[in-house]
Amino acid sequence: MDLVFQTLVYGLLISGLYAMIGIGMTLIMGVLGIINLAHGQLMMVAMYITWVLWQYTGIDPYLSIFITIPFIFFLGQGISQYLLYPLIKKESILPENQVLMTVGIGVVLVELIRAIFSSDYRSVRTSYTDASIHLGPIFLNVPLAIAFLISIFFTIGLFILLTKTDLGRSIRATAQDRSAATLMGISVKKITILTYGIGSALVGAAGVLLLPVYYLFPDVGPIFTVKAFVITLLGGLGSPIGAIIGGLVLGVSETVGATYLSMGYRDAIGLVIFLLVLVFLPGGLKRITKI
Amino acid sequence: MYRNEKIKLFVINRIEWIILASAIATPFIFNFSPYFQGLLIFVLLWVIMGTSWNLLAGFTGQVSFGHAAYFGIGAYAAALPYLHWGISPWWGLLTGGITAVILGYVLGIMVFRLRGPYFALGTLASAEILRIIFGEEKWLSNGHNGILYMTTWVSKYPYYFVALILTIGTILSVKIVMKSKAGYYFLSIREDEDAAEAIGIDTKKYKNIATIISTFWAGMAGAFYMIYMGFVDPETVFALHNISIITILVGIIGGVGTIWGPAVGAVIMVLVQELFRSSFFGLAPDWVSRFHAMAFGLLVIFVILYVAGGVVGDWDLIAKKFRLKKSAEQ
Repeated sequence: MDLVFQTLVYGLLISGLYAMIGIGMTLIMGVLGIINLAHGQLMMVAMYITWVLWQYTGIDPYLSIFITIPFIFFLGQGISQYLLYPLIKKESILPENQVLMTVGIGVVLVELIRAIFSSDYRSVRTSYTDASIHLGPIFLNVPLAIAFLISIFFTIGLFILLTKTDLGRSIRATAQDRSAATLMGISVKKITILTYGIGSALVGAAGVLLLPVYYLFPDVGPIFTVKAFVITLLGGLGSPIGAIIGGLVLGVSETVGATYLSMGYRDAIGLVIFLLVLVFLPGGLKRITKI
Repeated sequence: MYRNEKIKLFVINRIEWIILASAIATPFIFNFSPYFQGLLIFVLLWVIMGTSWNLLAGFTGQVSFGHAAYFGIGAYAAALPYLHWGISPWWGLLTGGITAVILGYVLGIMVFRLRGPYFALGTLASAEILRIIFGEEKWLSNGHNGILYMTTWVSKYPYYFVALILTIGTILSVKIVMKSKAGYYFLSIREDEDAAEAIGIDTKKYKNIATIISTFWAGMAGAFYMIYMGFVDPETVFALHNISIITILVGIIGGVGTIWGPAVGAVIMVLVQELFRSSFFGLAPDWVSRFHAMAFGLLVIFVILYVAGGVVGDWDLIAKKFRLKKSAEQ
């Protein structure tokens, strides 16, 4: 019984980060209308920046959020301004041109990091990496618990931004109807570029929070890109609340699968759920929860 | 009238004859180093993969992100009988393509219900699931240790000709099918699936036809890869990045929806990567070689931004630009 609780708690903690990754993706999906296949790669870049800061200047991973997030935010903005936005008006044979562009960006990011840092596995070992709190029979991994709390903080902040501020309303309006938003005087271009920046910053933050409990190598990017679209699709595309639920479902089912099935199938579970949802529940869990 | 068109199907134009002749003659004229021979074979392998992807994505509009699934299953179709019963992997050239077609059909039942980005993600997920299964099920595939096989020939030229035959088969089949009625149906599905359905095209059937041809050659490429390399493991043949994505990029650079696009793209890909890998034949400093894969990625970004149709698709545009520059110089 303890093992069940332990597994569920671990799944819950990791799902906070998954939710953050998913919300970034779902925002980009809603406003730009594309799946961002460079999502995990942006996260990987954020992780490497944190690692460099920790390795060479000794800055604590949690403190370096204040350096990493602005960097990833501006990187994302640059990408959308100079690489993705110009494609919207361009005629092309395949409508997925922007998606293919994100694939290209992802390749460049991975290979750039690989060229600089090589393919070696790296990790950040802080004093609290292995620390844990005992809650009765259950162990709480400290860095994961911190990551969970911070991710909740970020998620709430994002919801306040989306629902209470003019900027947030503009973002939601653009996601709903581009032309109507333009007519209402919203600078759709500015919002589009900004949204990609916000989405990148969120996934970057998730990367920083994950670093103390995870390891790092250039190909970590694609793994999380896959996870990101599983989460997004589970929750229904373009729905932030859906992304949280999707993150929860993926986080818990992955850990349960890793405990009771096999560690190797951990990454496959999300994909199987994903295919099942695609085929049997198009529209994601949004169809059931109606949010 | 109709008969004339039928004859036209098999007409290969003059440039294509020249390319074919030079491809056959190359090994006899030049005495390449084994390394360079290997490069030639890899170019051909990517031509097969790119062209087969292009039929499904470029002509039929079903952008597959999981072509590694068919490549990998083809490679394992050659390797598994060898592992379990000692049957020569060469039989893979018979079974590889067929196995891939079966897989393509089964996956098609699932993924052809989906469209656009959903289709892309569905195919991507299928390939990833296969990669994990073949890595985990040790009784089936020897897991991550892979399957090793002593290659038949030391020289690479025989392999070159096998690859060349497969390449000719791929390009010829795409050419023929695109000149037939089915080819026009493919294009109509790409342009507007609902409209195609509305005018009475059985879109499901024609998407399946495109898949059969496309997956067949991808599977053959996989089987050939196994025979040529003598080694197969799930991380290389089902790779998301190194197979699925590179296949797409090869198609984009050359030109989506053109017959010769992926072939040109494959040549460019290998050329760029090798130029960087050798630091421009040692002219540039050493560290340049580390950026070989990134250089190709940057080229892809450049192509999508400025020559959306690819090198072959927008050839007129590129030629015009260069001509303008020349006249300006004079």
